[in-house]
Amino acid sequence: MYNWDFDILWGYRWLFLNGTLMTIAITAAVIVLGLLLGLFAGLMQLSRNPVLRWISWAYIEIFRCTPLLVQLLWFYYALPVLTGVELSAMTAAVMTLSLYGGSFYAEVIRGGVIAVDPGQSEAGLALGMTPAKVMKRIVLPQAIKQMIPPLMNQSIIQFKNTSLVSVLAVPDLLYQGQVITMDTFRPLEVYTVIAVIYFVVLVPLTAIVKRSEKTLQRSH
Amino acid sequence: MTGTITPDNTKIEITNLKKQFGSNVVLRDINVKVDAGSVVALIGPSGSGKSTLLRCMNLLVIPNGGRIRIGHDTFVFDDGSKMPKAKAQAHFRSNTGMVFQHFNLFPHKTVLQNVMEGPLVVKRTPKAKAEQLARTLLGKVGLDDKADSYPDRLSGGQKQRVAIARALAMEPEVMLFDEATSALDPELVAEVLGVMRDLASEGMTMIIVTHEMAFAREVADKVIFLRDGVIVEEGPARDVIDTPKEEATRAFLSHFHTRNND
Ligand SMILES: Nc1ncnc2c1ncn2[C@@H]1O[C@H](COP(=O)(O)OP(=O)(O)OP(=O)(O)O)[C@@H](O)[C@H]1O
Ligand SMILES: [Mg+2]
Repeated sequence: MYNWDFDILWGYRWLFLNGTLMTIAITAAVIVLGLLLGLFAGLMQLSRNPVLRWISWAYIEIFRCTPLLVQLLWFYYALPVLTGVELSAMTAAVMTLSLYGGSFYAEVIRGGVIAVDPGQSEAGLALGMTPAKVMKRIVLPQAIKQMIPPLMNQSIIQFKNTSLVSVLAVPDLLYQGQVITMDTFRPLEVYTVIAVIYFVVLVPLTAIVKRSEKTLQRSH
Repeated sequence: MTGTITPDNTKIEITNLKKQFGSNVVLRDINVKVDAGSVVALIGPSGSGKSTLLRCMNLLVIPNGGRIRIGHDTFVFDDGSKMPKAKAQAHFRSNTGMVFQHFNLFPHKTVLQNVMEGPLVVKRTPKAKAEQLARTLLGKVGLDDKADSYPDRLSGGQKQRVAIARALAMEPEVMLFDEATSALDPELVAEVLGVMRDLASEGMTMIIVTHEMAFAREVADKVIFLRDGVIVEEGPARDVIDTPKEEATRAFLSHFHTRNND
């Protein structure tokens, strides 16, 4: 029978907290940057310009169709060989996760925009609005209703994906856990605590997503 | 390409207009002149190109050839030439109001905001002034009490009247109606036709695509019968509807009641 001993971890509580905050900070950054990238790529997909469409298509497919772990290692270890520019582990991590998330967000945003009745853009155009104004004032506000639940889901996945950055020695929650394990030789307790922390942060978030789906259905 | 020609009394002048979708030729060499303040009814079988012609007039469809003048704005199209710039297109459209079969009200905006949207965004009218204009127009279509409702709370007839007010808010020189009453329950048709009749009597230049032959006969000055992208017959409304010259027109009209009980 294994003898659980969580007491020993109490001395590491600040490391756990540090790691958790780092994970949350990275998540926040990659969500914001990813949404920006996704908005650009998603709208480029809908552009009349075939070059823009092709560029965004290539971007989306490259990042959707290769494993995130491979992308992280490539940006950290391979890109500097190619460009001669060293990226800090943090920069490489945030950049890769943002690009990866952006490629999924782009598809959500594109889908949300094309789901809006084309009659809506026609009505905006018929008033004399420019296509950019129509997108901003008529189409996107309606598309966002459909987009928010899948964007939130994707963001929850991003939160979990941040655990991969530990392979680049970015001091996130998982990385701190590895440090603590090497100190205490208590992997079972450490990784259990880490799993619980992820769980405790995400359960309320998924509840919010569920709730927002319902309120959005009813709102204007 | 915008230019200025001093117009006589014609408000709309369409010359040699052509449109095809791929290999499907939808409009072949259309010529139409519409006098200022007159009402033209565009009739014809399904697929004859009525909507396409109407949508060419506000560039929702870009023609492959010909020329369109509305008021002082002219666009010339030919297959080789580039599409007009987005800004120029938008400016051209702001001078024509369009009313759609399915209303296309903005569901995320209130009735008042729907009507204010054009002046606010396109003309940059100050908010207070845009609101005043919108309330006046809503009064005109009999919906002042619905200003703060959202479109999903309105009946079809009310929606279409809001859509008319929204188009009028741009103070366009021309109003285009594409089967404005076709999606309505029969008992709601009259309220929309009533608003259109008022507009016509106020001297608005209007082109209406319609299957309401009795209304066309009563309100339109001119009727144009379109079939397979060609104008088969045109003339004063009563002449064309009561005594069509062409067999095709006669055959088409035989499917309709062309008179109210008068
Ligand atoms: N965007 C489009 N792309 C391809 N073909 C089109 C498009 N719009 C219209 N057409 C074709 O052009 C032809 C004329 O269509 P249009 O909508 O102008 O007819 P209509 O006279 O308005 O018919 P209805 O009475 O059914 O509304 C049809 O064959 C239609 O399939
Ligand atoms: Mg039509």
